[in-house]
Amino acid sequence: MKKNEIRIFAGIFLFALLLWIALTLCGRFRTISSVKITVGGTELGTYSLAEDQVISIGEGNICEIRDGEARMISADCPDQLCVKQPAVDENGGSIVCLPHQVVIEASSGSSQAPQVDAISS
Amino acid sequence: MNRKYAFLGLFSALAIILSYVESLFPVFIGVPGVKLGLANLAILFILEQYSWREALSVSGIRIIVTGFLFGNMFSILYSLAGALFSLTVMTFLKKKTEASLYAVSMAGGIAHNIGQILVAMAVVENLSLIYYIPVLLIFGMITGFLIGLLTHELLKRLPDA
Repeated sequence: MKKNEIRIFAGIFLFALLLWIALTLCGRFRTISSVKITVGGTELGTYSLAEDQVISIGEGNICEIRDGEARMISADCPDQLCVKQPAVDENGGSIVCLPHQVVIEASSGSSQAPQVDAISS
Repeated sequence: MNRKYAFLGLFSALAIILSYVESLFPVFIGVPGVKLGLANLAILFILEQYSWREALSVSGIRIIVTGFLFGNMFSILYSLAGALFSLTVMTFLKKKTEASLYAVSMAGGIAHNIGQILVAMAVVENLSLIYYIPVLLIFGMITGFLIGLLTHELLKRLPDA
């Protein structure tokens, strides 16, 4: 490997590291009290981390909030990547399920009842 | 000519087997979804020996076959995005610059990950995937380096095809 190539890759490495730190710090300064769940870009609802609950998302995914942590506890896809992803807690984070286009992300907003409930009530 | 096609067939089979072997054990434990990309060993080797056309065919065959065997529609889509992006970058570097095999491989690894995350962002229609980019950049470089190392050793030991 040549010297200037090493320099370029060291630069990319530093950039990635700084971006990583910056994104992590951004998450730290927010007070995360809930998680927002979206399916294919449309919001399913925002759920408080303080309340223990089990949310079934669409056909295949089940998300559980317990002890202030949200994690995907089950998925019907073969690779189970979302189940293995680290939980979303007060420090932030996100869980993504690609086959079902589900994203669970940290949110600083207060929890809102899902839209379905708003209609039915 | 026939020798070349035999080689391409052989390497397509090799790439499929490498994908299978890789699916049997997680390489980077603790980081879900990150793979070494062993199949790229075959792709990079073909790219070095022939040109992007041959590498593209081997890569395409591998993705479609492994997609139908072990994956699903989505895994084919992500793999194709990563492979096309990575092959474009690697071909560009090889043709237009004096980049070494390691640099080509590392840039390919990064491009592969970025291509996949862009498709993933489009699919889930959510920008929060941006948090994965630093991790993917770093792991793209690491896996790219390792694949470059393996390909370098392979090219040294195998006679010209």
